[in-house]
Amino acid sequence: MIGIPLTHILIFSLLLFAIGIYGALVRRNIIGILISIELILNAANINLIAFSKYTSPSPEMGQIFAIFVIAIAATSAAVGLAIVLALYRVRKTVYTDEVNLLKW
Amino acid sequence: MPVLEIAVKFGIYAAMGTVLIFALGVVTLRNLFHCALCLAAALIGTAVIYLGLRADFLAGIQILLYVGAVVTLVIFAIMLTEHLAGKTVRQNNSQSLPAVIGLAAFVAILAALIVKTPWPLQAASHAKISVMEIGQALMGTYVFPFEVISVILIAALIGAVVIAKKDNSGEQS
Repeated sequence: MIGIPLTHILIFSLLLFAIGIYGALVRRNIIGILISIELILNAANINLIAFSKYTSPSPEMGQIFAIFVIAIAATSAAVGLAIVLALYRVRKTVYTDEVNLLKW
Repeated sequence: MPVLEIAVKFGIYAAMGTVLIFALGVVTLRNLFHCALCLAAALIGTAVIYLGLRADFLAGIQILLYVGAVVTLVIFAIMLTEHLAGKTVRQNNSQSLPAVIGLAAFVAILAALIVKTPWPLQAASHAKISVMEIGQALMGTYVFPFEVISVILIAALIGAVVIAKKDNSGEQS
């Protein structure tokens, strides 16, 4: 067995998740927010792999769901960056607080 | 043999520390291009952790899809939107302090829960999962989510092209 307890991996991925959420909350740039979301999904993937390695009766389940999460992350990045490009073409900015068209 | 296992253990801990440092770089650096490079480094470190957890196929997928595709896409978007001369623009909004406080509370609660929970640990097998087993499970038990994922990929592909293409509906129908 690998000599690392499950708790350490879980706390590591918790810290990664918290860093990602901090970035998503604090960044002004939309691309920065998208990068932070990639970090969050990455932390979830590490959790899936660790659980399937340590506690699951069928160890391939976690890897398959991690593959699904990676596919969803790729689609979200593609669509999100397309939206950013369209927004930049119309509004000439990528900063979230300058996109206040619907703010009253 | 124990020397090798100890080396692997310390290697995984070192990879974890590196990933956390690069993740902090992702959310704090000023220049967005450096953020994207830090993201690539953090994702490669995650692939190393996957290798340590005996998920070889997933480590390959991680490097191919994340580092190869997603980071390239992000860098393209940065190049197309950001004028890198304007580096002095403030990158964070003014809510850093509440975010840090709330996240510290969140991390504290969840860490206490993680430490206290009695995880039902199994005597996991040494054998790593082969690509064949993953493929058989993907085509057998999990064939329905697999098909749904393919539909989502097509929809996202078409949607990204439609959203990002130039709008010239005025002339030439």
